[in-house]
Amino acid sequence: MPPSSSHSVAPPQRQRWLSVLAKAPSERLETLWQTLGVAPSYTLLRRPEIGLVMVQGRISGSGAPFAAGEMTVTRAAIRLDSGEVGIGYVGGRHPRQAELIATIDALGQRPEWQDAIEQQIVTPLEQEADARRTMRAAKAAATKVDFFTVAREGGA
Amino acid sequence: MYVAVKGGETAIAHSLDLLADRRRGARDLPELTLDQIDQQLSLAVDRVMTEGSCYDRTLAALAIKQARGDLFEAVFLLRAYRTTLPRFGHSLPIDTSRMVADRRISSTFKDVPGGQVLGPTFDYTHRLLDFSLMTGDERPTAPTAPVDTAQELPRVGDILEREGMLEPPPPADAGAPTQDITRDPLTFPAARAVRLQNLARGDEGFLLALGYSTQRGYGNNHPFVGEVRYGSVPVGFVPEELGFAIEIAEIDVTECDMVNQFAGSHDVPPQFTRGYGLAFGHSERKAMSMALVDRALRADELSEGVTSPAQDEEFVLAHSDSVEASGFVQHLKLPHYVDFQSELVVVRTLREEVEARRRRSTPVSAFGQAAE
Repeated sequence: MPPSSSHSVAPPQRQRWLSVLAKAPSERLETLWQTLGVAPSYTLLRRPEIGLVMVQGRISGSGAPFAAGEMTVTRAAIRLDSGEVGIGYVGGRHPRQAELIATIDALGQRPEWQDAIEQQIVTPLEQEADARRTMRAAKAAATKVDFFTVAREGGA
Repeated sequence: MYVAVKGGETAIAHSLDLLADRRRGARDLPELTLDQIDQQLSLAVDRVMTEGSCYDRTLAALAIKQARGDLFEAVFLLRAYRTTLPRFGHSLPIDTSRMVADRRISSTFKDVPGGQVLGPTFDYTHRLLDFSLMTGDERPTAPTAPVDTAQELPRVGDILEREGMLEPPPPADAGAPTQDITRDPLTFPAARAVRLQNLARGDEGFLLALGYSTQRGYGNNHPFVGEVRYGSVPVGFVPEELGFAIEIAEIDVTECDMVNQFAGSHDVPPQFTRGYGLAFGHSERKAMSMALVDRALRADELSEGVTSPAQDEEFVLAHSDSVEASGFVQHLKLPHYVDFQSELVVVRTLREEVEARRRRSTPVSAFGQAAE
């Protein structure tokens, strides 16, 4: 696997969109991609492949790592005809999503596409993920215990 | 001894057909969907992922459906499937302080930072059958309360640790790869990381019974729940093509940090020690049992003396795996015709010898024979 041919994108930027795209629901990503309305031609460097990643935990949450158990992961890599190489990794078995992420990753390395991808795909997905997280946390927050102390007679 | 036995092909084929027939059940009922199993039998899915040692909700739901709800069989199916896949690598260690927690309780501190969040739990139900579930009525959604998702959830252990009252966990050994029993066979004595991996995929019932045995006095380790938390954490991974970390998923895990009284030893002052449990999904009983057994298995390290089953790592680690245990017990159903014939011959010969010896030593009389 050759390294990405593009140096125009800083790693933190790619890191961000690759993470957002990986955690998005497959169907939602597909819909946003269709809305973007672009069909770049590319070659598959690595056709979507399902495999395993060993998830590590830490002893007592903060100590030495240990192998906690595996998870399924799908990965893919593509090269645009214009030369940019994109990769996609996604937890679960989602061949189409991995290929789509790789395509968006490659396209994101072309400056003229960066704004559209950011505004029409990455930002909406991130906001939706935040909303899901907030809803989940809000339901948990409603179960938080409010302790109260019953005042004893004599105010002791 | 195993000997190839021929015949029975048709019977086996028809047995598989009958199995599929029973799996489907009455045809006038709608067939279960994987989404229904995932959403409405989610704790079964969590257990199968944990003991199958493979996080994939859809596959675990499929395994449960295929196994007709037999969770041991479902674990076996998931384990078999994972052997067909290549390994892409290790994740970065998950950081449970970044968890979006559905539940987080401590039984050691009432006013723990972040609060006691009960979440979805059976603990406060009265264990009365709810007959309203017999109908398909609309169920109300849960209430919400204002929340700050950016806030991290500090660990109870860290608070005690700062005071020196609690032992810190063993630090990471920089550069040393994490041992992995799916790659290298289990050997004894096992490192703590190896024991934890074994326990994480071990059978919940077995670990529950062992944990319970420590509470009843077989290797008592005076436990308190430092904390139990359940929720969603991101999984970081460094793809070989990139060289920097990305998040590839968010997974649900349950964590238990068990705090145990410790009188001290020759080298260590009196302090609290810890056992740790981590499981996929919402698997609280499993994480707590694992933490109790993890602590019990540290008996040797803490100079406590190994006197009980839960402290004996060879006993615990060699018998914790439900796939191995179920396989070895159930293989007894396979044809053992030849073994049994040979044993029959042995027992017959022995009986003849005993009989012959008795005839030689006892004078045969009509009375003697009638008395037998």
